[in-house]
Amino acid sequence: MSLYLLCLTLFCVGLYGVLRKRNIVKIIIGIGIMEYSMNLFFVLLGYRYHGRTPIDAQNQNILNMVDPLPQALVMTSIVIGLAATALLISIAIRIYEKYGTFDITKIKRLKG
Amino acid sequence: MELHLLLLFMIFAAIVAIEVKDLLSSVVGVGAVGFALCLAFLILKAPDLAITQLVVEILCLIILIRATINKDLPLVIEGRWFFNTISTLAFVVVFLFFAWAAIKELPAFGNPLMSVVKKYLAEGTSRTGAVNIVSAVVLDFRAYDTLGEVTVLFSAVLGIMAVLRRPGRKKIEDKDNVR
Repeated sequence: MSLYLLCLTLFCVGLYGVLRKRNIVKIIIGIGIMEYSMNLFFVLLGYRYHGRTPIDAQNQNILNMVDPLPQALVMTSIVIGLAATALLISIAIRIYEKYGTFDITKIKRLKG
Repeated sequence: MELHLLLLFMIFAAIVAIEVKDLLSSVVGVGAVGFALCLAFLILKAPDLAITQLVVEILCLIILIRATINKDLPLVIEGRWFFNTISTLAFVVVFLFFAWAAIKELPAFGNPLMSVVKKYLAEGTSRTGAVNIVSAVVLDFRAYDTLGEVTVLFSAVLGIMAVLRRPGRKKIEDKDNVR
């Protein structure tokens, strides 16, 4: 239970960064931290005490594997997270070229 | 126990990454969080995830450094500092309250439900021929999921190309035509 709470605290650190910071790169970093904590949370949900890696071995019948389903889903989620971060960063680079700043309160002009 | 230490380290590195003034230092902080996450996956018996996270983290750091190098934001004195912080913290506290209510209903750590995955574990090797159950789930039982992932990746690449593309030759030709 305490692990769940620590994971949630990590999520809240990212949430604070997204809501409070004015620098676009800091906001992207906050989104990344939230994503990490959610991935970790899913894998924590699938863990089992004294569990084994979900890989079959020859001539052995392993009964206490950890849950492989969250791992498979998180595998997808990690790669999609990379794509999302790359897209966000490319938009941030474009904004920096246009406005010369990363500060979101300075980005006010609608046309340019 | 080592998981607790790793998570505390991750929280510390995340706070450093969010709060430090220098952008390159905060990117390094995110790298620390990502590599600690990689270690946590190893401890949680998920080696496939650890490998994927390692590769993705390195790529992510390269992209972030490309965006932040030589671009520093001058220190700004922020208006309404107190109000902004208080409202943000209030939102986080409300979020924590509801999340705590949800977490109480979850199964305890270390005793997963394993209701869906029982079938995969029983039939995985015989029906797919894959020794690794995770890759059996990703590539066989839930292959449409992976197809959707590839679609998302492709559209993300299209989006990046559309955003970062330089204005091409066509515009100049149009100008010539107008003249």
